[in-house]
Amino acid sequence: MSAAIELDNVCCDFGSFRAVDHVNVTIKAGEFFSFLGPSGCGKTTILRMISGFTEPSEGVIRIGGKDMKGQRPNQRPTALIFQNLALFPLMPVWENISFGLEVRGVDKATRRAKADELLRLVDLPGAGDKMIAQLSGGQKQRVAIARALAVEPQVMLLDEPLSALDLKLRQHMRAELRAIQKRTGVTFIYITHDQGEALAMSDRVGVMSQGRLQQVADPRDIYNNPVNGFVASFVGENNILTGTVGQRSDGFATFQTKLGTFRARLGEKAGTGAVKLYVRPEHMRLSEAPAAENSVPVTVGDVSFEGNFIAVMTATDDGTQLVAELRNDGAATVPAPGTRLHMSFDAARASILPDETTAEG
Amino acid sequence: MQDLLRRYGTLLTAVFVILTAFWLLALVVLPNFTMLESSFRPYLPVTEIGGPKDVYSFGNYLKFFANSTDTSFLGMTFQMPIHMKIFFLTVWYSAIVTLVTFLITYPLAYYLAKVVNPRTLPSLLLLILIPLWVSEALRAFAWYIILTLNGPLNAVLVGIGILDKPVRWQQGVVTPYDAIMIGLVYTYLFFMLFPIYNAIQSLDTNQIEAAEDLGSPWWRTHLRVILPHAKPGIASGCVMVFMLSAGSLLVPVQLGSPRSLWFTQTIQQWMLEAQDWNTGAAYSLLFLLLCIVFVFAVMRIFKVNLSDIAK
Ligand SMILES: Nc1ncnc2c1ncn2[C@@H]1O[C@H](COP(=O)(O)OP(=O)(O)OP(=O)(O)O)[C@@H](O)[C@H]1O
Ligand SMILES: [Mg+2]
Repeated sequence: MSAAIELDNVCCDFGSFRAVDHVNVTIKAGEFFSFLGPSGCGKTTILRMISGFTEPSEGVIRIGGKDMKGQRPNQRPTALIFQNLALFPLMPVWENISFGLEVRGVDKATRRAKADELLRLVDLPGAGDKMIAQLSGGQKQRVAIARALAVEPQVMLLDEPLSALDLKLRQHMRAELRAIQKRTGVTFIYITHDQGEALAMSDRVGVMSQGRLQQVADPRDIYNNPVNGFVASFVGENNILTGTVGQRSDGFATFQTKLGTFRARLGEKAGTGAVKLYVRPEHMRLSEAPAAENSVPVTVGDVSFEGNFIAVMTATDDGTQLVAELRNDGAATVPAPGTRLHMSFDAARASILPDETTAEG
Repeated sequence: MQDLLRRYGTLLTAVFVILTAFWLLALVVLPNFTMLESSFRPYLPVTEIGGPKDVYSFGNYLKFFANSTDTSFLGMTFQMPIHMKIFFLTVWYSAIVTLVTFLITYPLAYYLAKVVNPRTLPSLLLLILIPLWVSEALRAFAWYIILTLNGPLNAVLVGIGILDKPVRWQQGVVTPYDAIMIGLVYTYLFFMLFPIYNAIQSLDTNQIEAAEDLGSPWWRTHLRVILPHAKPGIASGCVMVFMLSAGSLLVPVQLGSPRSLWFTQTIQQWMLEAQDWNTGAAYSLLFLLLCIVFVFAVMRIFKVNLSDIAK
């Protein structure tokens, strides 16, 4: 069973501080949805409102179509996995997992069997009699997931559950989580400040900044078509140029900068406010001859070899720093520092977007 | 020791060691040893001390088992030595005091530790602490005034219609020990409150929320998550309140009646009224020993370790 969640103009105030500001989003049943945003942007607060620990100051939260106002956490079909897991250290693993069943009056033998079954599901067979303190970080993680799954929630809420793990384990657990979600079909709402994690795991991602939802889209769209400067620079790297919009035509526009005039896609939300030009480093090309369009002469500075790609730091004649990332196909020639080259990009790969400081949700 | 030497030098270290040794020897070991020694000697006129009758024996301890009287407890009637009876009553009512104190302080400690707004906490704690600035004797006396026949408690209870006419609290209403228990609960409440408060305070609030999120009603969250975590604090609070209550002399003297003797009063009778310090010493040691046995037995039942309490 899984349920859809609607956040309808949800706000949350702490005193005069607005931690969550008019968030509107519908998360579909069975979806893996991530909230992505920097620390303090209100992610945990959203999760606490969905699970019922915090009441919204304004707006409505519906789970499975039902208004959740006034419903305590123990009455909601959600299970929250806390940022610090909050396992019960005085109970053995199996009692932790079956606590939700104990609450529901399930007898001991059934609980034990269910706990063992869930331990197999999270790939920890035979750990039932261990104490929490005897587990590694990744194992605790799995116990927390099993404990939440035991109550057969319609919605799982996960608050940065992988942040304490090392890189290898984190990657492994990502795949694991995704697999568990697919197997159970439960709606997952996942919180992270790690863009890679959000993009790799989610069906859709909601990018947040300062309590506001900036963009909701699938991972490809978030990366390829960010709606504003905040999303563009929070998710991935960018070369950013300042300037003003000139002629507009057909979703494209010219953009006047100190380095010359460029042509790029005009973002939907690029209205009359301040805008900038964003180009991803991997969309930059380096050539000896100037390209037909969007071309600037540059001097190569530092070159760093990153393995799968080569990052070339360059500077234009007025000192603007531009970075190009060249895919390492095994035969790529690495330009020497000091070389004069031309940097260019496709108009379709560059976006004119509202400046991040004026980003509106 | 090495550390102490390095940090404070030989002279200062010597001072520390000598002071500690003095404290332990002169103020702890020596008095207790004197008491132990004299508890085995008979009470004799001054002229006969050191004479042929002054020999070690268990005579003083055996007085505890003399003078049987009729005793009834929970509907059963049997013969029991009078002092033993007072001892058991003291332990029994101290245990009730401990239980009542726990029942009062646990919700209060939980409220202070997890519910109250952190900003109002200091002023609340201050309000709770202010009565502690008044001496125990004065607080017992205050209760004496509150509980007298024409005192405020009776006036209020009669005024709101709970009682028809004033009652003699010190003679006992429910049990002969009512007034003493009220006084003891009030006097030693804080020795229970603070250990439990500390214990609950150290519990991660997310664990309480996690339990609730898994569907747990509040009482089960307390039973399965909060109480187990607070158990060491509860245990040390209970041991303190029990030992202090059983060993209290001031409150029973101030608030008791001839019907409600406390074992410490028996000891006092031996020592001051009968001037028999030897038997008094024997009773004191016996009392200490039996209370310790009782505490350990209860700790065993509730599966509490000594190391938990020391925390
Ligand atoms: N109980 C509270 N009282 C006052 N302010 C709060 C409270 N809880 C959160 N805040 C504030 O609300 C903002 C959002 O907090 P939240 O915990 O939702 O951030 P977050 O996005 O989860 O951050 P992180 O990634 O660091 O966990 C923060 O500025 C925080 O200081
Ligand atoms: Mg958070």
